[in-house]
Amino acid sequence: MTGTAIISALAIWAAGWFVNARIATSSVAETRWARLLVPAIFGLTLLIMWELLVRLLEVSPVILPPPTAIASRFAGEIPILWADFVQTIIKGAMTGYILGALAAFGVAILADRSDFLTRGILPVGGFMAALPIVGTAPIFVKWLGSDWESKAAVVGVMVFFPILVNTVAGLRDTTSMQRDLMRTYGAGYWSTLLKLRLPAAMPFIFNGLKIATTLALIGAIVAEFFGSPTVGMGFRISTSVGQLALDMVWAEIVVAALAGSAFYGLMAWIEGRVTFWHPSQRK
Amino acid sequence: MKSLLPVLTVVGAILLFWIVSVVPMNMHLTADLAQRQDIAVSPDTPAARQEYSGIGLALRNTHLFGMTYALDRPRLPSPHQVGLEMWDTIALKKITSRRSLVYHGWVTLSATLLGFAIGTGLGILLAVGIVYNKAMDMSVMPWAIASQTIPILALAPMIIVMLGAIGIQGLLPKAVISAYLSFFPVVVGMVKGLRSPDGMQLDLLRTYHASPAQAFWKLRLPASVPYLFASLKIGISASLVGAIVAELPTGARAGFGARMLVGDQYGQPIVTWAALFAAAITAAALVGLFSVIECWTLRRMGMRAA
Repeated sequence: MTGTAIISALAIWAAGWFVNARIATSSVAETRWARLLVPAIFGLTLLIMWELLVRLLEVSPVILPPPTAIASRFAGEIPILWADFVQTIIKGAMTGYILGALAAFGVAILADRSDFLTRGILPVGGFMAALPIVGTAPIFVKWLGSDWESKAAVVGVMVFFPILVNTVAGLRDTTSMQRDLMRTYGAGYWSTLLKLRLPAAMPFIFNGLKIATTLALIGAIVAEFFGSPTVGMGFRISTSVGQLALDMVWAEIVVAALAGSAFYGLMAWIEGRVTFWHPSQRK
Repeated sequence: MKSLLPVLTVVGAILLFWIVSVVPMNMHLTADLAQRQDIAVSPDTPAARQEYSGIGLALRNTHLFGMTYALDRPRLPSPHQVGLEMWDTIALKKITSRRSLVYHGWVTLSATLLGFAIGTGLGILLAVGIVYNKAMDMSVMPWAIASQTIPILALAPMIIVMLGAIGIQGLLPKAVISAYLSFFPVVVGMVKGLRSPDGMQLDLLRTYHASPAQAFWKLRLPASVPYLFASLKIGISASLVGAIVAELPTGARAGFGARMLVGDQYGQPIVTWAALFAAAITAAALVGLFSVIECWTLRRMGMRAA
């Protein structure tokens, strides 16, 4: 039994790989659909192998549920998953993300008027961005209660530093030639900021915003491990792990993955619209 | 050194903000305590005090300012309390003691380093595979990039339970999470690094009649070093966060995460804060260590940071 399971899984792996290798070395490799098809085949191969190995080796669902069980659980629990999504992503992560980003822009623009402060903020902010800020979650839960407000606060602090550092760095990214040109036009501080320096900073700002999307989800989910109302993705993950309902955990992880990719994709799309002039956006 | 003074100013401003915040944050607790010690407080009932914000109450009870800095269980500990707790648990306790932060730090750090070594090693191998195999590049790379937008840390509790169910406990489950978190940044960075030599450089090696292996060892690998260090610095802090979070939902008894949880559950905020700062210092030390190695290596190689 074990033998057939492993052999059939290897056969599927080989078949998937063969198809991908053929596509990758053929003349259509650079086309758009090949770029989508190859990773799709790869992902599908892994899923089929997973399903096959779990079923044939009779792995306990307490250790690893098969993908079909996760999918049916996902389809059956959509109301709960949606409620968790709203609680964690919309209320917790989004509120915190927006507040953290606005605070970071505000501080960056205030600090930007002084070269002295900028030189202080860049290293300190970069240092803070590398720290395990998610560990402040128990403190915020204690201060603000277990509902989404405390999650938004953790998220806000987590996203603040990467966005701050990138915004401050971006605002410094104009050459003295460009600033001199603005001066010859008789532009003051605010019109230089709005017409030259903020647009020039946009690639940096969006870099920070994109890094922060993942941080926001991590902060909102992990903070719920420390205390939450009886709804939310982190709450559901920790209680389902306790009940050994691993298919539910995986369903929540699918939601988290979809939300993370969609959030990042949204930011990348806005970036493309705002910084269409930047070399990295040229098609 | 030019930026030393600005940095100190910013750090000083943050500290000052913290010290000032202690008064309004702790005022309600302090007022309750003061009343029990028969010190005059206005207003004189807890219910009436709830009507006031922390700042409002502080302004009416300026004589209690000193007490807000000396509570046993403050809402916001003052910097000197956290500092004293850290000095007490790092320097004064024997490092084998369960109350020593060095002991807890080592528990977390060993899982972090083991996981980081595994994750980095596998990441470099996969990156080499991706650079040399077109099919691997097209199948794996999109997933590696997409995985960076996914909150992988949410998997932590499940990985612990999954590995626990097949009998793996202790150091290894935490190391697996650390490895997982440092793996993808290293893959993405190394692929970029191994591809950084331009066509001119590759052509030059071809005119030397260099074999692909020589091109790898003499051009691609050295060229990728700045990118590797950039990824290592991201990876090591991700690994540490992973190890800490892995300790949280599982009721671990040792480690920074366990220490934060103990402080949280037994109402000892100073313990939580001390663990948090110790974790931050550890993260800073690890990143700093890699920066020093990076600086030294790149100088020896005559390169600049990516």
